[in-house]
Amino acid sequence: MRAMDRKVLRDLWHMRGQVLAIGLVVAAGIAALIMSLSTLEALDDTTAAYYERYRFGEVFAWVKRAPDRVEQRIAAIPGVRTIQTRVSRFATLDIEGFAEPVMGQFVSIPAARQPVLNQLVLRSGRLPEAGGTDEVVINEPFAEAHELATGDEIVGVINGHRRELRIVGTALSPEFVYALGPGALMPDDRRFGILWMGHDALAAAYDLKGAFNSVSLDLERGADTERVIQQLDRVLERYGGVGATAREDQLSNWFVMNEMEQLRTVSMILPTIFLVVSAFLTNMVLGRLVATERGQIGLMKAFGYSSTEVGFHYARFVVGIVLVGSVIGIVAGTWLGRMNTEMYTELFRFPLLVYRPSISAIAIAVSVSLAAALLGAAGAVQRAARLPPAQAMNPPAPAVFRRLRLWDTRAARWLDQGSRIIVRNVLRSPMRSVLTMLGVAASVGLLVLALQWNDSLDYLGQSYFFHAQHQDVTVGLAEPQSDTIVRDFHHLPGVLAVEPMRIVSADLSVGPITHRGSLTGLKNDAWLQPIFDDATARVVPVPADGLVLGTVLAHKLGVSIGDRVWLQVLEGRRPELALPVVGLVETYIAMPVFTHIDALNRMLKERPSAEYLNILIDSRNVAAFYARLKELPLVSAVMLRQAAIDSFYGTIVEHIMVYITLFSGLACALGFGVAYNSARIALSERGRELATLRVLGFSRAEISYILLGETGILIALALPFGCLLGRGLSEVMAAEFDTELFRIPLTIEASTYGLAVVIALAATLISALVVRHRVDHLDLIEVLKTRE
Amino acid sequence: MSATLTARDITKIYRTGEVEVRALRGANLDLYEGELVVMLGPSGSGKSTLLNIIGGLDTATSGTVRFHDHELTGADESELTRFRRDHVGFVFQFYNLIPSLTAEENVALVTEIAKRPLNPAEALGIVGLGERLNHFPAQLSGGEQQRVAIARAIAKQPEILLCDEPTGALDSKTGILVLEAIDQVNRELGTTTAVITHNTVIGSMADRVLHIADGKVAHIEENAERRPPAELAW
Repeated sequence: MRAMDRKVLRDLWHMRGQVLAIGLVVAAGIAALIMSLSTLEALDDTTAAYYERYRFGEVFAWVKRAPDRVEQRIAAIPGVRTIQTRVSRFATLDIEGFAEPVMGQFVSIPAARQPVLNQLVLRSGRLPEAGGTDEVVINEPFAEAHELATGDEIVGVINGHRRELRIVGTALSPEFVYALGPGALMPDDRRFGILWMGHDALAAAYDLKGAFNSVSLDLERGADTERVIQQLDRVLERYGGVGATAREDQLSNWFVMNEMEQLRTVSMILPTIFLVVSAFLTNMVLGRLVATERGQIGLMKAFGYSSTEVGFHYARFVVGIVLVGSVIGIVAGTWLGRMNTEMYTELFRFPLLVYRPSISAIAIAVSVSLAAALLGAAGAVQRAARLPPAQAMNPPAPAVFRRLRLWDTRAARWLDQGSRIIVRNVLRSPMRSVLTMLGVAASVGLLVLALQWNDSLDYLGQSYFFHAQHQDVTVGLAEPQSDTIVRDFHHLPGVLAVEPMRIVSADLSVGPITHRGSLTGLKNDAWLQPIFDDATARVVPVPADGLVLGTVLAHKLGVSIGDRVWLQVLEGRRPELALPVVGLVETYIAMPVFTHIDALNRMLKERPSAEYLNILIDSRNVAAFYARLKELPLVSAVMLRQAAIDSFYGTIVEHIMVYITLFSGLACALGFGVAYNSARIALSERGRELATLRVLGFSRAEISYILLGETGILIALALPFGCLLGRGLSEVMAAEFDTELFRIPLTIEASTYGLAVVIALAATLISALVVRHRVDHLDLIEVLKTRE
Repeated sequence: MSATLTARDITKIYRTGEVEVRALRGANLDLYEGELVVMLGPSGSGKSTLLNIIGGLDTATSGTVRFHDHELTGADESELTRFRRDHVGFVFQFYNLIPSLTAEENVALVTEIAKRPLNPAEALGIVGLGERLNHFPAQLSGGEQQRVAIARAIAKQPEILLCDEPTGALDSKTGILVLEAIDQVNRELGTTTAVITHNTVIGSMADRVLHIADGKVAHIEENAERRPPAELAW
């Protein structure tokens, strides 16, 4: 090994503390990108593999009742490859020991064999047999939530009749990755389950023998999905079809894709910010580190090494540091990515997992870090190598310090010598001071960015669940009922208030843009679930006529108040009409459309009726209310607000928090890296000066004050900038995060800024203590005798 | 005797911070082949600056420097690098060893890029450190470190050896050991040697003594006989 090679290795080893600290900064950026992209790629691959292996349908449609022969007409639609018709209905379930009503979605499958589409991943037991009219397979999360196993029995209220059902197996399905009950926003495995039952048994129970009410299709490669849907809608229209949906709009898949889209946003923005900040820090820190090597650079040049050779030497030194960081970053990123992916796999209940670290992420992350580091070092090497060696070997010429007029007058009177040194040092090299500040500000900013999620999601939850909703239960009815039902429900035990609501599926279009959504009809005095504007936190009055649109939908359709929207209702008599937009409302969740329930009923040419009831219950009578509710045959869905709140905070928030904790950890590593390196480099730059001060009689505490005071001032100045930067980054992030499902209301509590600041200060304090230890052990004679 | 190196009318102006320092004001100097010259002068007289310029570590503000037939004045960075690499050895007051390399490796740092180097162990043998090859600078005394620096300087068999206050950081006894090493190198290898010092006693070991004052060579003194360093005392 050549002497220069040894020097590289020994220097790396000698400076291992700093190498590790810089490596940590590099690693944080690399790990963030690898973790995110690997998770993303893994989830994409896993979902695709899952969907393909279990033959997830590509088009889905619901009808009231279509005879089996319609299947042939569907098969004749060009582009259709496979058809699976079935019976599927919602029903209430009664589970022993669980007071609240539970919803179940029954789905028929051919007896004793897998359906051709939307196949089951059997997790235990077997499929229902031909003769087993009371046999069901239930979805695994539901089974686990209620500790149900094969052999257990549950009661289902099927078509008004209580039926004892025997569980013969548990399963997962690509169709119910996100198992959402009617009207639910979050999966709630305790209150919603999927039950697969033999086709004949289920068809008989719902009087659908020789008929079906649900169909899914698999298309030929290259088929035009839109055209297939149009033709399918035409075929099914007369059988009460409510509009077919493509796989991308299928409920479960839509939620899965939405979640992935959110993850994609987080995965693109956060790590990019991380990588940029870490690259910037690496650049800055290595620039300063190499600058302290000025003497050695001069010496090597004195021996006859050329600037290129010296540059190459430091390039290898820098590459060594980046390699250390890369290894840490790749290992940590791969591990965190795997953890994160496993967490998602668990959330989505994927029966398989395709994970490998993203090679492109590794390549991108390592090359960006390497380039940043080399650039930083190159600048410093060039500056040092440009000097004549004689000059390079001398300590840098005393920097020009100026007495500022301000200091001479007032400030100087109360500043002691130490403080003057600090202040003048900060002012002497404004560029370096600004860079250090930027470094610290960047890590504080990242912390704020990571930590604000908690605040924003909490605010979103508060607004959606507590300000916009006041009902305890929302009951869905099997069929729209005359509005006398409101009075009937009033008489149930414990009921304090009942409000009718009607929701119909509808296509809204303006010009070429069509949105398939739903239209909600409310009473004008609705207060349990009114039209609530999240931006102003005010209730918007229900208009007598016309539509109130969510702003996101208005934006999608390109309309504002006064414009007309073409509405095609997909239920009942399927009316089509143009309606004016009379109001806009900002919501953080979904893209709602509201109108007056009476106007909606008139539109449908139906007498006043309701399909959903928002109910307020006296908490003392909840049990009696639930008991009665379970007996009512016309109830097809029950949504509990408290359960929705629990699952919102339980699933989404908890889940995002894990991700955020990972990022906060990386931000801390970054902050520590910057703080430590700043102080450590300041020490090597000023060792001589500090030792001289010690010789002159300054105490250890005094010189620590001088050294760390400088870092301290810069950090103190950086903190407010960091908070501002964090706010800015969060705004960028929130803007990017907008999806059709969620908008993030950017909220940052004062305590979040406080926490970010405290974490940054703690990182600084730890590094200050480490450096202080070194200051205490400065070898005075040695430092004065030799030039570094 | 032919001059290995000549310098004429050298001036050097430094700007450090806001101060302008005229370190050299028209210095002239010749170094003849194989001789040992001592450059004497008080602190601030410009002797180090002159040494740095003739060694190619720094450039003159005006004036000419010639090494044999080569004009060094106006030479670019890469030419100066080649000049230093192939022809000049340096010894500094503060040794300037690389702390992360052993004695032998410090010497190897130079021999690896030299055209006809000595073996590092051999070079260390010449300065009497054949036994301490594997010691790091921190494990060596000041005198030993300086002798490693001399070994490092001569290992490439330079034509010129330039020593800037080689004994400045050492006590007299150790200093004499270092001077003996320099004297030995000059005699045995015939390397043209220039030693800077402010210690007048050292002048008597030289062939010629150049007295430097106010940025010039004030006068030149020729010794009829060189005294061995062992006889010196201060």
